[in-house]
Amino acid sequence: MADAPQIPDETEVRARWGDFEWTPANAIKAKAYVARYPDGRQQSAVMALLDLAQRQVGAETHTQGWLPVPVIEFVAAQLDMPFMRVYEVVTFYTMYNLAPVGRYHVQVCGTTPCMLRGSDDVLAACKNKGLIKGHTTPDGLFTLTEVECLGACANAPMVQINDDNYEDLDYDKTIAVLDTLAAGEQPKIGPQIDRQTSCPEGGPTTLKEMVAGNHDYRGAW
Amino acid sequence: MLADKDRIFTNLYGFQDWGLDGAQVRGDWDDTKGLMARGQDAIIEEIKASGLRGRGGAGFPTGMKWSFMPKESKDGRPSFLVINADESEPGSCKDREIIRHDPHKLIEGALIAGFAMRARAAYIYIRGEYIYEVKVLEAAVAQAYEKGFLGKNASGSGYDFDVFVHRGAGAYICGEETAMIESLEGKKGQPRLKPPFPAGAGLYGCPTTVNNVESIAVVPTILRRGAAWFASFGRDGNKGTKLYQISGHVNKPCVVEEEMGISFKDLIDTHCGGIRGGWDNLLAVIPGGSSVPLVPAAQIIDAPMDFDGLKAVGSGLGTAAVIVMDKSTDIVRAISRLSYFYKHESCGQCTPCREGTGWMWRVMERLRTGDAEIGEIDMLQEVTKQVEGHTICALGDAAAWPIQGLIKHFRPEIERRINEKHGAAPVMEAAE
Repeated sequence: MADAPQIPDETEVRARWGDFEWTPANAIKAKAYVARYPDGRQQSAVMALLDLAQRQVGAETHTQGWLPVPVIEFVAAQLDMPFMRVYEVVTFYTMYNLAPVGRYHVQVCGTTPCMLRGSDDVLAACKNKGLIKGHTTPDGLFTLTEVECLGACANAPMVQINDDNYEDLDYDKTIAVLDTLAAGEQPKIGPQIDRQTSCPEGGPTTLKEMVAGNHDYRGAW
Repeated sequence: MLADKDRIFTNLYGFQDWGLDGAQVRGDWDDTKGLMARGQDAIIEEIKASGLRGRGGAGFPTGMKWSFMPKESKDGRPSFLVINADESEPGSCKDREIIRHDPHKLIEGALIAGFAMRARAAYIYIRGEYIYEVKVLEAAVAQAYEKGFLGKNASGSGYDFDVFVHRGAGAYICGEETAMIESLEGKKGQPRLKPPFPAGAGLYGCPTTVNNVESIAVVPTILRRGAAWFASFGRDGNKGTKLYQISGHVNKPCVVEEEMGISFKDLIDTHCGGIRGGWDNLLAVIPGGSSVPLVPAAQIIDAPMDFDGLKAVGSGLGTAAVIVMDKSTDIVRAISRLSYFYKHESCGQCTPCREGTGWMWRVMERLRTGDAEIGEIDMLQEVTKQVEGHTICALGDAAAWPIQGLIKHFRPEIERRINEKHGAAPVMEAAE
């Protein structure tokens, strides 16, 4: 398959990641995640630990991280699970990267609600900035993925880059966000037009008292 | 229009503080102990009387669902409440607003609902892509623990209750209740066969109820204001208020709380500034998220936006995610993109869905370009009927319905494309 992840050579991966261990801070976090589930049900924490591991790999490589096989083996050992049960989870969920990604993982939503509001333009902007679906730019900065609905449909079209959403985009605004990131700066998160979250553009049609202060409506009950 | 005083989610747009202090000013966590002191059965009866139907799409009566939970544990198994915040249905974006702007309504609701169904703890399963929302929710849960609202002797009620946040990792199918339970147990999220139903054997084999975020978050307000207040909105069998999420070709897409049964036209004119290009420019609407069939303009304009009103026009309320399409829309492509979504999200467990979703998408792409035969339309219709109802969960049905809706309402458009590509079918001359 053309869009299958390009998983690096196993010998190299093992040499680089074979001695993966939690950082002290992440060891505490991992313990807290496991504590959320009943005794003997530590397997439930596998998703949280994989995410934590991916973030640690990301921090060490200055990218958004991925899950090399030795790291998956480490997580399996932490939770006393067979490797294959963990690998199944890694391959099932889309947010675990099976191959390295760039510093910015650009995830463009292309599902119908975003498509109707112009996600084609967002993808065109990415393309014209040299981003190719499923690949990382040669400078290692951007990886482009077209993803399925990210649940911000009232603010379509949108893109999630790393942990942040950029919403209400068009061609020019997408270019602006990518340029700002490439320059090492932080663009404004959320709607890129003058709008409060999912409120109608130009101001709310309801609950107008809430704009100015934390209104308590119980007096009118 | 619903009066502001009757809106449950007053900080919907996040103009004000989501934190505990701000939430308490708005009335959350006000005498929760008193609400719980009414007793478990009284709470369930109140929710039943309010007519609240599940807000996650299926519309099952919430109070009745809770009453299926065992009243006492005969074998020592605890019960669990699982809250479904895996909002991944294309078009839906309401739970996100609740979680990032009014999280304490959800957490207080979790305590009360969990108490009413005699659960030991609640797990809130939130989709992995809601990274900011997870941060807010975890912080809000920590605030509630700090104040003693959760944990041992929660809110001074004498009842021990915990709330945990579980973050997903990007699988639409985990919004299905048994897949969610599998995923919570640390496995890949493939739905389970029912029976046994989760109320008998769910999370870790224990009795479990799975409820949508909105269903749980409205509970404290219903108890405070009374079932009669909630039931005073909407038509019989479709009571209450609802968060509508309008996306697509309207002038101002938004999320808004309205009375159930508001007409489509009122909803759009009041809150969304009308249809882009005017009402004559409306082509079709998907009224309840991607899984329900589309409705052509003429039928939707005056339709009441509730469970029965939309069923009457051959669709459904779903999550009230209203996707509006004007006449500039390539309708075949819009539905084909949904087919691709289902192909991408099929978990691969049942053959009709695993193979069928890909097959349906490929034929949809042929119909989109017109590179097909007229007979393929009927073949596609036939295949959707073979996928529908032949899978463990409803994803197969959800993949079939949008295509069936398209063929039902827009068959001439599909035929036009095919004819344009191939030229009209040759007229057979009668033999002399």
